[in-house]
Amino acid sequence: MLLEVNDLHVFYGRIEAIKGISFTVGEGEIVTLIGANGAGKTTTMRTISGVRTVAQGSVKFEGQDITKMAPHERVKLGICQAPEGRGIFPGMTVRENLDMGTYVRGGDAAEKAADLEHVFHLFPRLQERITQLGGTLSGGEQQMLAIGRALMSRPRLLLLDEPSMGLAPMLIAQIFEIIKQINSEGISVLLVEQNATQALRTARRGYVLETGHVVKEGSGQSLLDDPAVRAAYLGG
Amino acid sequence: MSLVLNFWLRVTSLFSGFGEQFRAMNKWQRYSAYGLGVVALYLLPYWPDVPVLGQIVNTPGSQFETVLNDQVVIFVLIALGLNVVVGIAGLLDLGYVGFYAVGAYVTAILTSAHGNLPWLLALPIAVVISMLFGVILGTPTLRLRGDYLAIVTLGFGEIIRLTAKNMDWLGASRGISNIKKPPSMFGLKFGVLDAKPYFYLGLTMVFIVIFILHRLEYSRVGRAWVAIREDEDAAELMGVNTFKFKLWAFTIGAGIGGLAGVHYAGKVGFINPDNFPLQLSILFLAAVVLGGSGNMYGAILGGILVAYMPERLRNFSDKRILVFGIVLVLMMVFRPEGILPKRVGNEHKKRRAKSQEGEVAS
Repeated sequence: MLLEVNDLHVFYGRIEAIKGISFTVGEGEIVTLIGANGAGKTTTMRTISGVRTVAQGSVKFEGQDITKMAPHERVKLGICQAPEGRGIFPGMTVRENLDMGTYVRGGDAAEKAADLEHVFHLFPRLQERITQLGGTLSGGEQQMLAIGRALMSRPRLLLLDEPSMGLAPMLIAQIFEIIKQINSEGISVLLVEQNATQALRTARRGYVLETGHVVKEGSGQSLLDDPAVRAAYLGG
Repeated sequence: MSLVLNFWLRVTSLFSGFGEQFRAMNKWQRYSAYGLGVVALYLLPYWPDVPVLGQIVNTPGSQFETVLNDQVVIFVLIALGLNVVVGIAGLLDLGYVGFYAVGAYVTAILTSAHGNLPWLLALPIAVVISMLFGVILGTPTLRLRGDYLAIVTLGFGEIIRLTAKNMDWLGASRGISNIKKPPSMFGLKFGVLDAKPYFYLGLTMVFIVIFILHRLEYSRVGRAWVAIREDEDAAELMGVNTFKFKLWAFTIGAGIGGLAGVHYAGKVGFINPDNFPLQLSILFLAAVVLGGSGNMYGAILGGILVAYMPERLRNFSDKRILVFGIVLVLMMVFRPEGILPKRVGNEHKKRRAKSQEGEVAS
């Protein structure tokens, strides 16, 4: 298993946001966590990145316990997140934003140029905007930039937090296509989404989160077909 | 009101126009311009002797070169240091005077009160100890954000001052006198009356600090600082060890503040706790914000203005602080990013203008 989360408990002050969830992401898989607002999806993502501290339970990456590891160490291991609300650097240009993705890797200019080329291949829009400031991009472009920036770190596991949030339907379809493409290149993806239909169609497996618990899990298709999931998340 | 606004627009457009002209020059022209600028700065104490210019720059009521050293150079050094903390790393520090005090007190202790070291040897020790204080204050507090950090640093400045005031070992309210002066060097004698040698020394310190900061800004450290200021969470998710780099900013800032303190102590020869009031921290911050937080040259300009204007306006005697206050408020209304905003701010506008053109075209 690439990522193994076991009986995870996370608190915000005295409020328990995550109440003992367990899930796994296998090598080369796309796995999705779906659920309503406040189910604990973003908290889970932030915990895997190491920005939130764990009260109980463990997070393992390739068998190594990383529960207490600092966030920047995790990026070095190959866990990189494109955060919710895009979280790009508004005052940096598109190019500078992408360069920040290679921050932990440092090193080889040729390698970086190749990665940049690759990101531009996935998102031609970003190349057109290369000297523009991140803050002046449209919502969709910012999302592309956030994903592109995460890719620049050459992740083994890409964490995508609500990549479709606030985007037009056509763009959403495009983003999910690109997620599949990234995955086909061997990068495992953990995807958090409110747009459950698209997420479950894209993912091999899914987990349904409700107020800090995993209430259902299964293959993407089986969750799509599940009447209870349909009623709660897919609009009947 | 519109007259004032108009004036500001003119002044600021003068700056940006100058910048463009400067970029258009070739290498040699640029280097000679730098050279001339540096020479002009070292000749500053003689400016009052120049016919028309002298009338404009001279400070009535106080000796010009004393103002240059005791006010301007000190404020510029401090603005440079505080700019690293506030402008570059985005950490609001309201107790920066504390580091200034540490630098001055360590110099005083080592060269007079409890030691007999020469000033030149006390300098590096004082800078390192100031940096240590930066680490001591920074390690527990940098986990805080925004307002909380500001309150803790505010407390730090006061703790340093009150400790000095109440500890006999530190001279208590009497202070410490007979602090050693810098040694004679390059034909300069550091005496009591002539402020010029101190100014040359201080200006040289400013240049050295600018050089070091310039190197840092364009290094990996500088990139991490910018990322943290832009979005701390995103920086962390990109693998920037945010705590480490914030501590670095704090420590380097503290060291520069300490350096200013060493210079001050060496010049005046006598310090007491009242030299380091909370008000100074506020003025330091005003200098950085006025000049342009995040832009080193903005901070320098802010330091110059905050230090020099009250002296220049001394003719208005009691009302000069009022005038100064009004100028500050107007500045914040009409140009909240400071006189020289940080680089991205400038290019931001240009690019936005460009992208708007692009949208119209498409």
